[in-house]
Amino acid sequence: MIGADAMVKCLEEEGVEYVFGYPGVAICPFYNSILNSDIKTILIRTEQNAAHAASGLARVSGKVGVCAVTSGPGATNVITGIATAFADSIPLVCITGQVNSELLGSDVFQEADITGAVESFVKYSYLVKDANEIPRIFKEAFYIANSGRKGPVLIDVPIDIQNAVIGKFKYPEEVSMRTYKPTIKGHIVQIKKVVKELSKAKRPIICAGGGVLLSDAEKELRAFAEKYRIPVVSTMMGIGVMPTKHPMYYGMVGNNGKPYANRAMNESDLLIMVGARVADRAVSQPDLITENKILVHIDVDPAEIGKNVGASIPLVGDAKHIFHDFDKEEFTCDHEEWIETLNQYRDTMERKRTPNPAYVDPAEFIRMLSEKMEEDAVYVADVGQNQIWSCGYHIVKNGRFLTTGGMGTMGYSIPAAMGAKLACPKKQVIAVCGDGSFQMSMMELATMRQFDVTVKIIVLKNNYLGMVREYQHYTYKDNYSVVDLSGSPDLEKLAMAYDMKFMRLFDMDKAEETIDAFLEKDESMLLECIIDPMDLVK
Amino acid sequence: MDMKKIYSVLVENRSGVLCKVAGLFSRRCFNIDSLAVGETDDPEVSCMTIVSSGDQRTIEQIEKQLNKKLDVIKVKTFDETASISRELMLIKVKYNKNNRRDIMETCEIMKADIVDMSKNLMIIQICDVPEKIKLLINMLQSVSVVEVARTGTLALPKCIDTE
Repeated sequence: MIGADAMVKCLEEEGVEYVFGYPGVAICPFYNSILNSDIKTILIRTEQNAAHAASGLARVSGKVGVCAVTSGPGATNVITGIATAFADSIPLVCITGQVNSELLGSDVFQEADITGAVESFVKYSYLVKDANEIPRIFKEAFYIANSGRKGPVLIDVPIDIQNAVIGKFKYPEEVSMRTYKPTIKGHIVQIKKVVKELSKAKRPIICAGGGVLLSDAEKELRAFAEKYRIPVVSTMMGIGVMPTKHPMYYGMVGNNGKPYANRAMNESDLLIMVGARVADRAVSQPDLITENKILVHIDVDPAEIGKNVGASIPLVGDAKHIFHDFDKEEFTCDHEEWIETLNQYRDTMERKRTPNPAYVDPAEFIRMLSEKMEEDAVYVADVGQNQIWSCGYHIVKNGRFLTTGGMGTMGYSIPAAMGAKLACPKKQVIAVCGDGSFQMSMMELATMRQFDVTVKIIVLKNNYLGMVREYQHYTYKDNYSVVDLSGSPDLEKLAMAYDMKFMRLFDMDKAEETIDAFLEKDESMLLECIIDPMDLVK
Repeated sequence: MDMKKIYSVLVENRSGVLCKVAGLFSRRCFNIDSLAVGETDDPEVSCMTIVSSGDQRTIEQIEKQLNKKLDVIKVKTFDETASISRELMLIKVKYNKNNRRDIMETCEIMKADIVDMSKNLMIIQICDVPEKIKLLINMLQSVSVVEVARTGTLALPKCIDTE
């Protein structure tokens, strides 16, 4: 057995089904060994998308997403995907090939110091120097990636280590690392403090972030909010924690969120932040969420508590465990008046749009689409105006809403949707992007065709980098700079080139029947919606 | 209000760890006033002594972010007053017969040693608390300082008997 065989065996031990990647000489021993395994390999068309696809798979399955690329440019190309996963705390194991270990540091062909380059975007990284260490390193990597605050781990394996003959393969049963013991259970004293404050609070609210989904605590949070009638708002990454139409849900907060959600958060007297970083887009003025209120901050990462805002009650632990512990406490609270106030805000403070009838109205279109989507469908929003409209108007039933809220990486939706579809082939998976973000990942139409991944893609076409154009509209008084997307391909011809069904929607008149036809069968399809180039999200 | 803190950081003695810890400080815009690294009694463990300053939140963040690094075994944070700290400096100065006596007197007062000499150059060694090091540099400013090498502060918390 050689190192590469051991690497594949480790992936088998971890129950890995798919590896997304792109080979090169430095990772060839691994790709040769994987031929003897049942693990399926997906040849992505550019390395960045290997990490995005692995991210999509990880987010819907709860498992670690795996990608494997070659040294040098392969490794550097994957960095943006890794950084995207890091910002959103998505568990990935990324394997990179490396030049012969004896040549390390001599700048030979396709050598890149990837562990050095990626340091600030990974939870941890390894450079394997002894093939016998492979089982321990892989075991640790999978454990680190998918425990505590989740995140990407990189394993760099020189080609001679992949080819080295090793003794007996034994996969460790347990991980023992003296430096890594994440706190999972919340401290009982802090839990009791929260409960005490809750029973006194007149205007309590929960703000749920992506951490709730990562710890698979939606059910627990929902049950808790229902039992004690505590209103819930969410960050962008927390969309889907509550069904959009849940009576206790009051929308997404932040500068692109719902005005009533922000007002609810600011006017509360007890704010429970859970699994949220309190980053600038969600909370532009941290002072407002500490003023005249008690802030409870729950996070599995102690460093997040107190980083951007000081909490009155810090509570370190995993959201699922903590809500489970909350449930064991008995208390009563009464704040029906507060709920009535919030209901009134929700009914009266929706941002009014004046859509241009000559085009598809993205807000109404997304609403109509999501009403018609299956109950457990996965909706993947890209980055840009499409993302803000998706956050604002997509109705989550019991499915998932995926987007990259932390890094905001354009081109995320198509590869992430592919990963999600492979993880749950029976579910409807739809990627919604703009014409800018579509062109950042359109090479993956080939991957979809090659591996028969049936993702449905919607392109909201306005011939502009809309979000930047909107910024230039407000900030530079319509002095547009480098945002015109003229020269984009005819998407009908492009779809034809990839044997993909194509539809185009010009206005809302035929929206209903177009959406019905678009969703009818489980097949890949491209739907282009022509939207008003001058439309704004705000 | 900015405060000065000393972080005694036990880390796995592996290649790249210094880079990771130093990188953390630069990425998050934390100050490093000084940094000294060396092996401990356990060859698998190194001790980094980092002197940094910042407001209350920054100081807390530094400790939390250090603890988050998977190569960090233990972080101890303490004030200068609660610790014994020392720094070693070698300072090379140019002298002449007019100021030689003055320099030697300064060294005597400051408990510094002259460890090397030529006809017009000498190297002075001092091992003391960081303020004394600064003071000696100031005292020698009037003569021509050629070059300086400093270890950075080393520190351990003061001995408190626990029974």
